[in-house]
Amino acid sequence: MIDQQPKQFLVSKNVDDYFIGVNKAYRFIGRFFKEAFKTPFHFREIINQCFEVGLKSLPLITLTGFITGMVFTKQSRPSLEVFGATSWLPSLISIAIVRALGSLVTALICAGKIGSSIGAELGSMRVTEQIDAMEVSAINPFKYLVVTRVLATTITVPVLALYCSFVALLGSYVNVNGHEAVSFISFFEHGFESITFLDVFTSVTKSIFFGFTIGMVGCYKGFNASQGTQGVGKAANQAVVLSMFLVFIEEVVIVQVSNWIRYF
Amino acid sequence: MEHRNDHINTSGEPVISIRGLYKSFGDLHVLRGIDLDVFKGENVVVLGRSGTGKSVLIKILVGLLIPDKGKVNVLGQEVELLKGKQLDALRLKIGFSFQNSALYDSMNVRQNLEFPLIMNFKHLTKTEIDNRVEEVLEAVGLKDKINQLPSDLSGGQRKRIGIARTLILKPEIMLYDEPTSGLDPITSIEINELINDVQQQYKTSSIIITHDLTCAKATGNRVAMLLDGTFLKVGSFEDVFNVNDARVQSFYNYNFIQ
Repeated sequence: MIDQQPKQFLVSKNVDDYFIGVNKAYRFIGRFFKEAFKTPFHFREIINQCFEVGLKSLPLITLTGFITGMVFTKQSRPSLEVFGATSWLPSLISIAIVRALGSLVTALICAGKIGSSIGAELGSMRVTEQIDAMEVSAINPFKYLVVTRVLATTITVPVLALYCSFVALLGSYVNVNGHEAVSFISFFEHGFESITFLDVFTSVTKSIFFGFTIGMVGCYKGFNASQGTQGVGKAANQAVVLSMFLVFIEEVVIVQVSNWIRYF
Repeated sequence: MEHRNDHINTSGEPVISIRGLYKSFGDLHVLRGIDLDVFKGENVVVLGRSGTGKSVLIKILVGLLIPDKGKVNVLGQEVELLKGKQLDALRLKIGFSFQNSALYDSMNVRQNLEFPLIMNFKHLTKTEIDNRVEEVLEAVGLKDKINQLPSDLSGGQRKRIGIARTLILKPEIMLYDEPTSGLDPITSIEINELINDVQQQYKTSSIIITHDLTCAKATGNRVAMLLDGTFLKVGSFEDVFNVNDARVQSFYNYNFIQ
C-alpha cells in the first residue's frame, strides 16, 4: 500500500492555498520578465499570435465599438437637449470614448475572447502532456507559449483599443449626423478639440496594462491547469473572470493616477 | 507470446543508474527507495499497477519531476544537478514517448516531426529536415500520413508518430510510457515490434513502463516489478513471476485471464 497521511495546514486549507497561489503567480510573472529578454526570441510566433489576437477580435470590436458610440450618443442627447447644449455632443462623446470607453470595451471583449481562448488552449496542452512533450524535446514551453502570447496581447490590445475608439466615434457621428447636418470633418474637429495628449497617452498606457493582464492571466491559468478536461474549462473560465476583475481594478488605479497628473 | 532471450552485456557502465530514489506528492509516498541500472542496448520493462509511480520514475529521469531523495545518473550525468542548457543537452539524447502520444493538436504530422528539429538545430537546411522526417516516418511505417492532423489518426498511428517524433532527434535512450495502453491486441503487437525495431535500428537503451504483460514479455530484456514504491524483483520475465508473492501472482493471473 502507498502511504497516505492526513494533511496538515499552516492556517487552514483555504488560507494556505491562497498564499501558495499568490506566490505561484508572483513567480510566474517574474519568470516572464526573465525569459522575455533572453534569446531566442520567437519573432515568428509573436507575429503569428498578434495575428490570432488582432484579426480574430476585429469583427467583434468593430461591431461593439460602433454600437457603443451610437448608443452612448443617443442616450446622452436628451440630457444635453434640456440645456440646449447638443453642440457639445462631439466633445462629450470624444472625451468619454478616448478616456474610458474605448480601452475598457476593448479590454473586456479581449478578456472574454482572447483570455478564454489562451486559457483553454494552454490548459488543454497541459492536460494532454503537450507542454511536457515540448520540455523533454529541449524546447522551453514557457518562452514559446507564454512569452509570445503575453507579448502579443500587450502589443495588440492597445492597437485594438485605438481602433475601437475610432469606430465608436464613427458610430457617434452617424447618430449626430442623423439629427443635425454636421460634416464628418467638423464632428471630428470639434471632438478632438477637447482631447489632450494626456488623454490619448493614458488610454494607450491603460491598454498596454490591460493587454499584459489578459495575456498573463490566460497563460497562468492555462499553463497551471490540472484535473483533465474539467480543469481546461475551469482554466478558461477563471482566465475570463480574473482578467475582467483585474482590468476594472487597473482602470480605477490608472484613472486616479492620470487625474492627479491632470490637476497637478 | 514471443519471449526475448537475446543477451545484453550487463558488465559495463550503466547508461541509467538510479539509487535510493524517493518521491512523494504531499503525503502520498509514491517511490520509496528505487534502485535500478539500465545497460547499453537494453530494454528494461517496469511493470506495476496503475498509480504505483511508474510514470513518475521516468519523468524524474528527464527532469520533469524532482526527486525528494536519491541519485539519478543518466549517460554519466547527475540529472538533479543539471539546469538550463545542460539539462536540454541531456534531454536531446533521451526520447520520451508519452502515454497519450502528446502530439501537438494544431500541427500536422510533418510539423509535429519538424518542430523539435527546427527549434533545436537552426543550422539544418530544409532538405536535411525533410530527409529526417521521411526517414523516421519510414521507420514507423506511416509515410502516407505526413500531411494529416493528429485528430485524423487512430490511437496506434498516434503512438507511432509520437515515437517518430522522439526518433527524429536520434536519442540514445528511449522512455516509453504505457506504449500499448488503449490499443487493440493486434496494434499492441505492432507497437511491441516497433519498440524492438527501434532498439535494433537505433541502438537505444529503453525503459518501458507498462502494466501489459504481453508487452513486457515481448519487449523486455529484463523486467522490474514495482510494488509499494519499491522494486520487488528485477530480472527475467520468468524470474519476476516465479516469485512467491500473492500480489505478483494475482497481477499475472489477472492479465492473462483478461
